Amino acid sequence: MNKATSPNGATPPHERDIKTIVNAGLARRHAAERRFRWYGLTAITLGLAFVVLMFANIINKGLPAFWQTYIQVPITFDAAALDPEGQRDPRALAGADYNALVRAGLRQLFPKVEGRLPLRALSALVSTDASYDLQRRVLADPQLIGTQQEIWLLASAAVDTFVKGNIDRGLEEANRPIKDNQIDWIDQLRAAGKIERQFNAVLFRSGDSREPEQAGIRGALMGSFFTLLVTFLLSFPIGVATAVYLEEFAPKNRWTDIIEVNINNLAAVPSIVFGLLGLAVFINFFGLPRSAPLVGGLVLSLMTLPVIIIAGRAALTSVPPSIREAALGMGASKLQMVGHHVLPLAMPGMLTGSIIGMARALGESAPLLMIGMVAFIVDVPKSFLDPATVLPVQIYLWSDLPERAFVERTSAAIMVLLAFMILMNGLAILLRKRFERRW
Amino acid sequence: MSTTAIDTQIALNGALNRNAPIRQSAGAQVTDYDNRQTVGKITVDNPKMACREVNVYYGQKHAIKNVSLDIGANEVIAFIGPSGCGKSTFIRCLNRMNDTIPAARVTGLIKLDDDDIHAKEIDVVQLRARVGMVFQKPNPFPKSIYENVAYGPRIHGMVNDKAELDQLVRDSLERAGLIKEVEKRMLEPGTSLSGGQQQRLCIARAIAVNPEVILMDEPCSALDPIATAKIEELIDELRENYTIVIVTHSMQQAARVSQRTAYFHLGDLIEIGDTDQIFTNPRHKLTEDYITGRFG
Ligand SMILES: Nc1ncnc2c1ncn2[C@@H]1O[C@H](COP(=O)(O)OP(=O)(O)O)[C@@H](O)[C@H]1O
Ligand SMILES: [Mg+2]
Repeated sequence: MNKATSPNGATPPHERDIKTIVNAGLARRHAAERRFRWYGLTAITLGLAFVVLMFANIINKGLPAFWQTYIQVPITFDAAALDPEGQRDPRALAGADYNALVRAGLRQLFPKVEGRLPLRALSALVSTDASYDLQRRVLADPQLIGTQQEIWLLASAAVDTFVKGNIDRGLEEANRPIKDNQIDWIDQLRAAGKIERQFNAVLFRSGDSREPEQAGIRGALMGSFFTLLVTFLLSFPIGVATAVYLEEFAPKNRWTDIIEVNINNLAAVPSIVFGLLGLAVFINFFGLPRSAPLVGGLVLSLMTLPVIIIAGRAALTSVPPSIREAALGMGASKLQMVGHHVLPLAMPGMLTGSIIGMARALGESAPLLMIGMVAFIVDVPKSFLDPATVLPVQIYLWSDLPERAFVERTSAAIMVLLAFMILMNGLAILLRKRFERRW
Repeated sequence: MSTTAIDTQIALNGALNRNAPIRQSAGAQVTDYDNRQTVGKITVDNPKMACREVNVYYGQKHAIKNVSLDIGANEVIAFIGPSGCGKSTFIRCLNRMNDTIPAARVTGLIKLDDDDIHAKEIDVVQLRARVGMVFQKPNPFPKSIYENVAYGPRIHGMVNDKAELDQLVRDSLERAGLIKEVEKRMLEPGTSLSGGQQQRLCIARAIAVNPEVILMDEPCSALDPIATAKIEELIDELRENYTIVIVTHSMQQAARVSQRTAYFHLGDLIEIGDTDQIFTNPRHKLTEDYITGRFG
């Protein structure tokens, strides 16, 4: 064999010096690696920057909504006006004219105000809820009758917005929701320490309202709760059972292949399609009520099921075959093998998948629009059949409204929604960490 | 499978099914590599299990070809052979573990005492309680040591109360030579033990249900020499009460622990006989090549 010749006359490859060859290419390789690291870092930084921007924006807008302006008004609970018969009959007490009390209180603060329009402007400082607030107080404690109290009444949304500095004084009077005389009164109240921002309990206590200062997310929260409860109760057991059956018991044939492909496809179906399906099947065919969390839960179950099934199957396949063999070798039946060993080991994975599926369902709005969970609903739902809306839909509804106070509340509701999402995802991570592979 | 004239010459000492046709060459030495008929006496006087004309197919693949042999009561029989020859496949026939592989198909007769293990009235659950198994890789359940051993008795309803179960768990661990090491840590996970201890835990788990036969598929291949020695010692002790089938890739191990040895080659049972004879005086050229280390 003639070793000196190579096809093109150069030294044959096996005689070249590997050290110099590698060294020559080394700089290029390192540069490529550095470049790649930079691409990655840039991408991550960019992504994080957007997340931070989004959060900052939402928090900046939404945080003020957690405080609400209140005005301290001296209220005389006049026995003659409230309870002329003196029976303390709750029906009579409920029917009394509390608006008059509020008006009287405000006039006591500003005795010099005269005329129909200025008086109306004065009344508009406090929310229309103020009279109901007084009614609730009296009904809760009839002892108030005959006394005079300094009471913090909920300010109107316009006052709240102004106090939060979101209305420019320099604007022409006609262009602002709050008039010159009102600004004057607010300044006086401020100077007297009779205006204050308090924690906005209303936001968490009441349902939707046309008046921003009275609007809360309680209704949407309860709607989301009932809807997700239905979703979980349906999709978790069915999803787990399906995953177990398909993975552990079903024969592997064409039918199970078709089912598998279809489940994977279902997970990719746009959610609005599930909404249309729910409308056609649950409402039009089965005649279930519109806007009900029950139907919402059914629709979201359809959406969540494939996710849970896929996650469940992945969790089951990750249980090592040696555990199955050990159980079967001991004479355990198939069901015992699954029930005693495989399922407990797969459960954390299944739960993680389910929680992530539920978090997705919590954020879902499109399919719920289809089944009427988008209505304006004031009452907080108390059951699975009461008309309700859910948090993301509430956000969608509020985001449409022009009032500054609703803009604020939209962001506040987004913050609450995000908090729940983060909580759920955190729970999923915790579960995964806690039950990491133990074999 | 075709039956040849040789079949009729066979003396079926103690075989359970005297009519089952068996391939077995009668001659003394077989030098022809292509002769895949079993050399040696497949039968024993006192059989615990008997296999006749067992074939296993994985789909199209013929993994075990017409294998017949007896497993004597209270003996340790070793299956040896190059990897991929079907030792695991065959041992898994004995407790029908191959049922769990959808592609696997087993034909032929396998008897445990007088019961055909494939008969309708024999449930695999019962069979596997009678024929326990220890696997290549120690596979304790990810539960406590106690729970590992208690599992079998629990699912089969062997005990009446907690005291009985406690006693049974202790006895089993004692027999598996593990009690001293785990006495104080019964509630710790079985997976926290060392490899050798885990394998002895698996043996304890298997003997807790008081099986008649214990199958061991390369039980020491994942263990160090000291742990291996302990298991081998244990196997020798267990022989008193159980029949043991062991697959091993170590010929020294086969020589140390077994009384009879069967040599498999590409799905055929090439030679079977007393362990001493197989290792000192193999009669088939393939066996000789294997034990002298010419391949394997
Ligand atoms: N589940 C299976 N599916 C298909 N072929 C298999 C399967 N298990 C084993 N085999 C094949 O059967 C033959 C025997 O395998 P095995 O019994 O595991 O051999 P050994 O235990 O002697 O090393 C091998 O050729 C192997 O590839
Ligand atoms: Mg093997």
